[in-house]
Amino acid sequence: MTTTPRAVRRASPRARRTTAPQPDPAAPLLPSRDPVRMLDESGKRIPSEYAEPPGETLRELYRRMVIGRRFDVQATALTKQGRLAVYPSSRGQEACQVAGVMAVRPDDWVFPTYRESMALVSRGIDPVEVLTLLRGDWHCGYDPAALHTAPQCTPLATQTIHAAGVAYGEAYQGRDTVALAFIGDGATSEGDFHEGVNFAAVFRAPVVFFVQNNRYAISVPLSRQTAAPSLAYKGVGYGIACEQVDGNDPVAVLAVLNRAVEHARSGNGPFLVEAHTYRLEPHTNADDASRYRTMDEVEAWLGRDPIARLEAYLRGAGVLDDAAVEAVRAEAEAYAADLRERMNAEPTVDPMSLFDHVYATPTPQLLEQREQVRAELAAESEVES
Amino acid sequence: MSAVTTTSVSMAKALNAALRDAMAADERVVVFGEDVGQLGGVFRITDGLLATYGEQRCFDTPLAEAGIVGFAVGMAMSGLRPVVEMQFDAFAYPAFEQITSHVAKLRNRTRGALGVPIVIRVPYAGGIGGVEHHCDSSEAYYAHTPGLKVVTPGCVEDAYSLLREAIDDPDPVVFLEPKKLYFTSAEASLPVTTPGFGRAVVRRPGRDATLIAYGPSVPVALEAAEAARDEGWDLEVIDLRTLVPFDDETVTASVRRTGRCVVVQEAQGFAGMGAEIAARVQERCFHSLHAPVLRVAGLDIPYPPPKLEHLHLPGVDRVLDAVARLQWDDQPDPRWVAA
Repeated sequence: MTTTPRAVRRASPRARRTTAPQPDPAAPLLPSRDPVRMLDESGKRIPSEYAEPPGETLRELYRRMVIGRRFDVQATALTKQGRLAVYPSSRGQEACQVAGVMAVRPDDWVFPTYRESMALVSRGIDPVEVLTLLRGDWHCGYDPAALHTAPQCTPLATQTIHAAGVAYGEAYQGRDTVALAFIGDGATSEGDFHEGVNFAAVFRAPVVFFVQNNRYAISVPLSRQTAAPSLAYKGVGYGIACEQVDGNDPVAVLAVLNRAVEHARSGNGPFLVEAHTYRLEPHTNADDASRYRTMDEVEAWLGRDPIARLEAYLRGAGVLDDAAVEAVRAEAEAYAADLRERMNAEPTVDPMSLFDHVYATPTPQLLEQREQVRAELAAESEVES
Repeated sequence: MSAVTTTSVSMAKALNAALRDAMAADERVVVFGEDVGQLGGVFRITDGLLATYGEQRCFDTPLAEAGIVGFAVGMAMSGLRPVVEMQFDAFAYPAFEQITSHVAKLRNRTRGALGVPIVIRVPYAGGIGGVEHHCDSSEAYYAHTPGLKVVTPGCVEDAYSLLREAIDDPDPVVFLEPKKLYFTSAEASLPVTTPGFGRAVVRRPGRDATLIAYGPSVPVALEAAEAARDEGWDLEVIDLRTLVPFDDETVTASVRRTGRCVVVQEAQGFAGMGAEIAARVQERCFHSLHAPVLRVAGLDIPYPPPKLEHLHLPGVDRVLDAVARLQWDDQPDPRWVAA
């Protein structure tokens, strides 16, 4: 027992020395100092504390990445043929696009942005339905409720809050569903990103926020989005666990996302992952990237191709051989040919559908306007015939 | 269900009873927002819900309106029926993107696959001596947005019944609660069911002219109609109740009968609800009109400080002045006669 007053004890340098150091509460939340890598750029395995997914999973990852890239190239080609109004490519980001959806279950909710078309087809959604938005016959072409996949989000970062809400709502109803929210580097500057992460954190909602840092928001470079050492650090301020990963290392991306999803599903709250990657194409086919970045920079990233990296690793590990690679390539070609053919068919859009689904039941005013359009169309077809 | 009351009930109590009864009737109904839990809301509209239903179903959120509405979108996607509170009219503006780009459009964007039955409660309008950012009449922003239903009760029974209907509705509803009516009371027996969405109600029948009002302007219009008796005018008063869907039928029938129409709204007049109503009335009632449709609205200024708000708010005198200009002697409105 001591009679020294508490304040004096606290102030005593000796007492301070004998007190065990308090652990830093932020330390367990911090991301790795450098992005997690499990394969180097030549495809050689690097030791890691993360669990490598099984060979069969990695082969499937490879397959979907090859098909995903072929889909992406085909979609860009469809813009040149006038079949799509516009297409935002994710070529070069295949590891993120595919690992993102492979890390979650079909009943988990996925929140894509407009750049996630590849992720959506990789999730098994009909590519024609995915491209409906960009073809222009409707907004969202697939059924988000049945597929647990939100419409591709254009007002960026707004979807992060929806992810928090779905995750909370699912948990409220006793389901162990996880929500995966895709977001890019630019959108981390939006206020809704802050609110989405904060809501998920406060309510411990099982959300994985997956930031694909592809270094550009259209033309604006990362340095104009943040002064943080890495976007992954942004989670620490909200009290959530974070990690950063080499986004062109498919094994590492999947391994990190697997852990993030597991973390969220087992009730530990949300998780923020930043993947460092690169958008090889312009923002969309309508963009001119030469105005804001050099070809040298693009060339350097071409050398960090995620597909080549995984292929080299899987060949070395004996999981993939020439025949398997050729089979995947042929499957991707067939996939693209089928898509091309289906997209060549002119879609029929019922003009009267304009008035459907504004409300569950149309208002009297909408019924009047529908009648007006119907009469206009009838008069037009009479003139034509 | 709440005990049947036959006594005097305030609009605040009626709204509270509606939330309470809706939560009892449907466990998917979840209430959240700023200060709605322990405090029961700054206007006490959610008073006691936390104690009765627990913090799973009535909870406080971070101070972030876009977050609150976006969270509601996600919860609705998971099958719940969120009822959220925006603490004050002007505090809802950070949520505007969520409301206009997602809440209003999700059903349409997804061809009906994803309806989001959310109720966004907004205490709105002035007349309570509130300082800036606490008294906006923001109904036009919402009414201008396809996909939203916009509802505003002008009496106690409607406060209960329309809120219950809003919570049960498959579409998102912006539910605008006139702050200055929160603590006005009326004899009411709850629960009560009043006419549904899209139905305006004639609050006072009259022969000479139609006053069209909604929310906080309903009592003003009724008072003006009483005062007009002394001047020899028998005025009909219509309470719109729901701005979207809009009841053209009731409005048109009334104005065709009376031949004269004044719209009364608290919001600034330019490009407002009153402009829409005046346009609809003249399109449909032109041949019955004996005078132009007039608007009595707030001034086209940012909501004024409390000591000046009486000059901004449309009062009985301004309504009567407008009625006096309805060309009873076939003389044109002197304001617009060229000098």
